[in-house]
This record gives sequence, C-alpha cells and structure tokens, in this order.
Amino acid sequence: MMMLLRRSAPGHGYFWFVLFGSLLGVAPTQAQNTAPPGATVKLGIVSFLTGPAAAPFGIPGRNGAEIMIEAMNAGKVPAPFDKVGFGGSTIESKYIDETGSTANVVTEFRNLVQRDQVDAVVGYVSSGSCLAVTPVAEELKALTVFYDCGTPRIFEERPRAYVFRVSPHATMDNVAAARYLLAKKSDITSYSGLNQNYAWGQDSWRDFAAAMQVLAPKIVVDKALFPKLFAGEYGTEISTLLTSKSQVLHTSFYDGDLEAFIYQEQARALDKRMTILATTGEAAIWRLRDKMPSGTIIGARGANGPLAPDSELNRWFQKIYSDRYGTPPTYPAYQMAMSLLGLKLAYEKAKTGEAKPITDQVAAAFKGIEFEGPSGSVKLAIGDGHQGISETAYGTYRFNKETNEPEIVDIVRFPAECVNPPAGVNADGWIKGGMKGAKC
Amino acid sequence: MLNAFAVLIDGLVYAAYLFIVAIGLTLIFGVMKILNVAHGSFFTFGAYGAASAVGIYFNRGLPEAGGYLLMVVLAMALGLVLGLILERGIMRWVYGRDEVVMALVTYAAFLILEDVVILIWGPGSYAAYQPLLSAGNIEIGELILSNYDLGLIAVAAMLAAACYWGLKFTRYGRLLTAVIFDRETAAAFGINVRVVYTVTFVIGAMLGALGGAIMAPKIAVTLGIGVEVIVLAFAVVAIGGMGSIEGAFAGALIVGICRAATVHLFPQVELFVIYAVMALVLMIRPYGLFVRAQPRKI
Repeated sequence: MMMLLRRSAPGHGYFWFVLFGSLLGVAPTQAQNTAPPGATVKLGIVSFLTGPAAAPFGIPGRNGAEIMIEAMNAGKVPAPFDKVGFGGSTIESKYIDETGSTANVVTEFRNLVQRDQVDAVVGYVSSGSCLAVTPVAEELKALTVFYDCGTPRIFEERPRAYVFRVSPHATMDNVAAARYLLAKKSDITSYSGLNQNYAWGQDSWRDFAAAMQVLAPKIVVDKALFPKLFAGEYGTEISTLLTSKSQVLHTSFYDGDLEAFIYQEQARALDKRMTILATTGEAAIWRLRDKMPSGTIIGARGANGPLAPDSELNRWFQKIYSDRYGTPPTYPAYQMAMSLLGLKLAYEKAKTGEAKPITDQVAAAFKGIEFEGPSGSVKLAIGDGHQGISETAYGTYRFNKETNEPEIVDIVRFPAECVNPPAGVNADGWIKGGMKGAKC
Repeated sequence: MLNAFAVLIDGLVYAAYLFIVAIGLTLIFGVMKILNVAHGSFFTFGAYGAASAVGIYFNRGLPEAGGYLLMVVLAMALGLVLGLILERGIMRWVYGRDEVVMALVTYAAFLILEDVVILIWGPGSYAAYQPLLSAGNIEIGELILSNYDLGLIAVAAMLAAACYWGLKFTRYGRLLTAVIFDRETAAAFGINVRVVYTVTFVIGAMLGALGGAIMAPKIAVTLGIGVEVIVLAFAVVAIGGMGSIEGAFAGALIVGICRAATVHLFPQVELFVIYAVMALVLMIRPYGLFVRAQPRKI
C-alpha cells in the first residue's frame, strides 16, 4: 500500500525509481498517488493512556476515537457522515501513549509516520506535545490533526500546511470565561490565577488576564501562581490564596492536578472564600461528583458535554458512548469525535473516484472546512483555514442531590465570533487591542 | 505577620511531605550505597494500596479512625513484600557492583513496577480523599489549616524521632551505624552485613510505601506520581548529604521553608527554587550539609 503522508523529494533515488518503474511498465506517479479501491486508511491515534492525564483526558479521548472509528467503519454515524469509513475505505487505527518526555512524543510521532506509514495522525492532549510535533509534522509532510491541546501558538508562529486543529484554542476558553464571570459577578474587585507552569497554563492565564483587563480594567489581579505541572501538593498555594483578597480564582488545571487541588482546597474551605472558575472543569465533574464545589464556574473547552447543543448527532454520540463506557462523554471525547469527523469530511471531499487521495489533496480539502458535529457548528476559519472556531458556553456547577447527578446550570452561550480572534490576527494582540470586531 | 505564619506552617507541611518520602531513600543509600530509583515505585504502591483500601473501607461506613490505621498498615505490608521481593530477587545479585550499575538496576525495576501497577490497578486514577476531608480543619486568623496537614507534621516528627532513637539507642541501630561507617570492618567484627542489607532495604521500602499512603488522600493517585516524588526526594537527600537521616531532616526543612516563602512572596520563581537551593548548598558543601567524614582507606 502506498504511503500517502510523505511525498519524497525528487532526487537520484526518484530518477532510478522512475526508470525502473518505466521498465516494468508501472507509472510512478500512479504508484505514489493512488491506492487500490477500498484500501484501508491507517490512522495513528495519540493520547495519554497512562499517567496523571490519562483518566480525565487521555482515556475519554481514546474512547471517543475507538467508538467513532467503529461507528464509521460500520457506516452507523448519522448523516451526513454515514458513508462507511473514510469514503468507503475502512479505518485501521493504532493507539499510542502520549506519556513521556517531549523527545519521546516526537519519536513516537516519527515512528507512526515513517515506520507504520499511517495516513494521518490524530491526537495530543498536551500543548507541549503539540508545539513539539508541529515542526516535525511539517517536515515530514504528515497530515496531523490535534484534538485537544489548546495553545494558540501553533498557527500564530507561522503558517502550517499539514497541521490542523478542529477544536478551538485556549483564547476562546478564556475570553468566554471572562465574559461569563463579568456577566454573573460584576461586583468583584480582584481575582487570582492558579495555572500550570507550561505553555497551556501560561497561555490560558495570559488570555484570561488580558481579557479581564480589557473588559473590566478596574478589577485587579491579586495573585498569579504557576506551580509545576503534576506538582500534586498545593498547600502553599492554597494558603497564599486564603490570605489574599481575591473573590475569584481562575484555573486551567486539568488531569490529576485539578482533582488533587479540589480535594486539598475542600479540606481548607477555599471555595467558601472565593468562586473557582475552572476552564476545563467539565472533564472532572463525573469523577469528582459532589466533591466539585457547587457554584464553580465550569468550562468544557467549547460547547461539549452538558454544554453541547441538543441535536440528533449529539444525542447519538452521548448514547453510544454512555452505553459502551458507562459514563457520559466529557469534552476530550467530543473533541476527538469532532476531529475525526472533520478529517473524514476532508478525506471524502478530496477523494475523486476510487483512488485514495494523497496527503496534499486531503490537506487542501481540510482547509477552511465547516461542518455540524456533536459539539455544534465548527469552521476552520482562522490560522489560514487550519484552526477551528465554534460557539462556546460556560455554566455554573451544582450537584443535584435528588438525582445524585452533576448538573451545569445558568448556561450562557457565546457565538464563535464573540470569543475568537478574527482571521489573520494574533490572539494576544487581538485581546490587548480591545477585541476589535468581536460579534457578541 | 500573617504571611510569616503562613510561610512557616506551609513550609513545615511541605517539609514533612518531603521528609517522609526522602527518609527511606537516604537510609538505603547510607547503608547500601544504592541510589534507589525504585523508591518511587514503593511510594506508588503505597499510594495505590492505600487508595484501594480507603475506598473499600469508607464505602462501608466503618469508623473513620480504622480507615487511617488500615491505610498505614496496608501500605507498610505492601512495602514489606515489595522490598523483600526486590532485595532477595534482584538487588542481592548486584551487591558489590559499581554504584552506577546498581542505580540502573533499580531504574529497570522502577520501569517494570510501573507496568505492574497498570496490570493491577489499570491506567485510571484513584481517589482517597475521605481521610483528608473527614479530618476537618482549624481556622487561625484568616488562615484555614487542614488537620490532616497538621497531622502530617506530627507523623514526620515522630518518624524523625523514631529513626534517631533507633539508630542511636538500639542494638540494630548501632550495627547499622557500623555498616554505614565501613562495611568491611563491620563484617570483620562479625556483623552479618547481608542481613543488615535486607532489613535496611525492606525498612526503606516500607517508609517509601508509607509516604505514598500518607499522601494518597491529598492527591489523585495515578501513574507517574512516583517520578515526581523521586526527583524531589533526590534533591532533599542531595542537600542534606546522601545517606544522612539528619541531612534529610534538614534538607526537607530548608526546601520546605524556601519553597513556601517563594510561593508567598515571589511565585514566579517557584518552579526552580528547590533546585536553586540545591545548587547553592552543593556549591558550598559539595557532599551535602550532613555528610559524615569518610575513612581513608590505604
């Protein structure tokens, strides 16, 4: 089967291949660009399968991939996604653990592309992983769809040809968080931040603080804390916050860090002193249940999970996921589903006739794609058509003791153009410049 | 004033955590000259064991005090079994080899044990918050302190006292001191060094597992917790002097207080303060604060 990810640069090897192919009566261009009808499409799925981020993020993401790929291969995804596999080609998936050093993540990516010869890689939770994989994906001309990582820097640093992200980036989460907070608690005078000390946490805090500065310049930042990723022990940070005057705590903590922080702050009643605003909180509500403080402002990195709009696709996805895994899908599962649906559409759009499309054709078809999925409408409108924007929502958490189930109430929805920068504008510059052009 | 009090309390809580995780590591190094990377696995097994036990125990609505006891006893039992298996099954075959080889062997054991954890408990995370939340809290001024954290300080202090007493005032402690000072001379005086090694390794493993069990209620018990712990424990042990119990105590206190002060006053440098302290100490005292004088061998 032909490798679709890479297109070798013409050189001596190519010359001899052309010559040898011609002697055998095989057209090399055909050999490189086409594949037998009905051939499988190989996908590398990368997510945290072990480690602190596995249970709340990596595993739901992986499960989302597994269940979507099964449904796609069976042709059971509701229309317009009801073609079998990718345009009639069965999807074959290989799951890789994202856990390990950045060097290890890049090595595994190279293995998928060069050794396993996958047609596309869909994955990555950590912004650090995405930042490291991006230049390698471009170098190898490997079609790569990031499903969860949130740093806006991926498409701001330079244009990308082979890298896509259907899920909106962290700017949306934090601008929407600021808008929700001010809509619900306009009387606050100061707030603090507790974010992990790496790309995700720093970018999240930068965008939130900048949005607050624009929307409510009189409200001041009290403490900006950046503990180490996976630090586990937050006693000192909690003391610092308890002795501050903040009324709100912004956190983009996720994985075991969020759960550990919530247990530790509950033991010291921090949530009685200030409202916690957790931009990724939705991923933890089914695990923390009544341990997640009522009144916490919850984000889901888009309109996902309980914040997703009601639609046939959403109900279908919730049902198949809950039936299989015994728990509702959280936002990483939604993001994975949306990423796979986007890739499927691009693949089918690129496919003409029976032959498998080459990577460049799929990438060209993917650019600027727009579709409706379980999370609602998404459009790859920024990052030169490589970065998705969508509507988002925030709500307030409460644990319903009567139903014994978590709930998100008081939901406010924000249109995509209200909380995302316009095309061609850097997220940081857009916020600091007063979020010009925002349509709320 | 409030800040100073908060720094002191936070520093002590963090120091207690560091001391509990570092003491087993330094004990094994002091006696056996093994840089035991598998110490992180003892911590991990202790935490998983405690989380499992706590989950089952508290779900049955049994008395809370029993939960604390079960958590500690089960973790120490796990440490005992794991320590014995590692020492008898692997470590005894590499005694006398280069210290780097022994460190690599423990690293291999660490990697294997990480996979054993997945085999037993799966890739998901576990919560054991019940002891932390049921311990309640106390309000001092604006500060609300967790009673569990205060208990952590007491446990660390008791451990330090027990180690001091055990080393200075018991027969086994004196034997241990002799082996720490010079293994060959100790053997020449009739001390069964092999038995001392086994007992020390097992005690170190039990202390590592105890650290995991005590920390389990505060964290999400998940794969990778051992890595974080081992890095911190190495820093503390390096500051205090490899193999020194007093050193681990002092190292934990220094790191704990410095980190707390940094988070309160200069949070932007929190990430590297532990390693900055370590670098500073090692510049002045290259073998750590409490390293004992080495006998000159001819």
